Amino acid sequence: MTFDVAAVRRQFPILSEIIDGRPVHYLDNGASAQTPLAVIDAVRAYETTSRANVLRGVHRLAERATELYENARADVAKFLGVEPMEIVFTGGCTAAINLVAYSYGQLLEPGDRILLSELEHHSNIVPWQLLRQRSGVELDMIPVTTDGQIDLGLLTKLVTPKTKLISLAHVSNVTGALLDVRKVVEAAKSVGARVMLDGAQRAPHGPIDLRALGIDFYVFAGHKAYGPNGVGVLWAKPELLEAMPPFHGGGSMIGRVTFAETTWAPPPRRFEAGTPPIGPAIGLGTACTWMAALDWTATHDHEMGLVQRVLDGLQKIDGTQILGPAGLQNRYPVVSFMLDGVHPHDVAQTLDAFGVAVRAGHHCAQPLMDRFDLDGTTRVSIAPYNDNGDIDALLTGVRHAANTLR
Amino acid sequence: MSDELYQARIVALAKSKTGAGKLAAPTKSARRDNPLCGDRVTIDVRVDDGRIAEIAHQVRGCLLCQASAAALAGAAVGRDAAGIAELRHDAERAIGRETGKANDPFDAFEPVANHKSRHECVLLPFEALTDALS
Repeated sequence: MTFDVAAVRRQFPILSEIIDGRPVHYLDNGASAQTPLAVIDAVRAYETTSRANVLRGVHRLAERATELYENARADVAKFLGVEPMEIVFTGGCTAAINLVAYSYGQLLEPGDRILLSELEHHSNIVPWQLLRQRSGVELDMIPVTTDGQIDLGLLTKLVTPKTKLISLAHVSNVTGALLDVRKVVEAAKSVGARVMLDGAQRAPHGPIDLRALGIDFYVFAGHKAYGPNGVGVLWAKPELLEAMPPFHGGGSMIGRVTFAETTWAPPPRRFEAGTPPIGPAIGLGTACTWMAALDWTATHDHEMGLVQRVLDGLQKIDGTQILGPAGLQNRYPVVSFMLDGVHPHDVAQTLDAFGVAVRAGHHCAQPLMDRFDLDGTTRVSIAPYNDNGDIDALLTGVRHAANTLR
Repeated sequence: MSDELYQARIVALAKSKTGAGKLAAPTKSARRDNPLCGDRVTIDVRVDDGRIAEIAHQVRGCLLCQASAAALAGAAVGRDAAGIAELRHDAERAIGRETGKANDPFDAFEPVANHKSRHECVLLPFEALTDALS
């Protein structure tokens, strides 16, 4: 198979929009990706032919809704190479990390240590700080190299027998750096620690074989992976889900309730209290199937070809600096840059005038900004539907900002 | 078109760097952060008999924030807290949060009115100065 970007683009209606006379050059996929017709159709089909609550109803609509919801769980599981009952639908990626911090956190003792890195999204820092306040665990941090990668050379020093969990970004949402998971798992195994990966920026770039990675927890967001907003995924090894107490209490997550005592449902329902995000989960299941149907060797080549075009183009503009790996090695299609003398928000605002959507600021990674003494960066994040026209519009806009704002 | 936002007067205000820096002996100082975008403004003032005698600012933020801090520094000397509140009304009128015509120099920010996500960039220096005076 080869990669036909035009054919992919046709599946995303928003890419044909003209806004204020300009086409949409959407390069803010790291914040929220666009969604294909297949997903829109799946959600619409649920809402128009099968809308009902799941699990408890005996009527036909409830049965249809439950079947669609559980099929979605199976689709997500297939995308990750795991079993459906190991998949927990959450309200998002942040919600999934909070779930682990709360529920797995209850299995930890005061003085146990959790290892994070300097480049983590706030979502993979703050829930652990809250756990530290609640339970007395300690947090450690792996510094970042000058090219924006987690410095795994320090792992042997930072991983100790007290380390119980290492929780890291699979791909950095700022630098695009890809984690060497093998090294992390090796270090974790040496002390019996668990490994969680924040897959928010990795999951949108093709199926993942979680068993082969040898990790314990994986989380990602639906809306960054071409699915709807309001749904995320937690995968955990079955023995961990089984051992973890619930996060939220309510309907669906119980075995039996009396005023004296409540017993818990088995996973994954134990962690899906209340009515789950049914439509969004169905959309996400479809998004995973949609992604899995792409030829990811060709798609990855296409995405990284665009990254190269960004890197080459920016290097020709005086005063640009890349925050992240210099080349294509060890990176995914996220590129952060600074333009000397122009604040990232002003770069992004100028790009908007060219129809180019990017994200600027601290990217919810303030410790990383502090590490490099930066106010922020301008971030270009690429999806399979992006093309050379998007990148050329980006570079034209950056040149304009360089010429007019400094 | 969005880049009409960066009109010559705003760019000139930012580049003027009026009041940029620190005071050697401030009476009061305050720092304000915008947690959404990470912009940070630090304001030093020397207050004499309830009125601003000297003002300086350090801005780690966008061009709009720099321009607003420069405009504010240029207009603040000799004013008390009520006088600064008057200037803020001017800025709020410029960005369309209050009705009426803004006065110079804050009328320079009228192009920001259509960019709601950037309103706080203009107002952050006022927040810091109000804190410093309180």
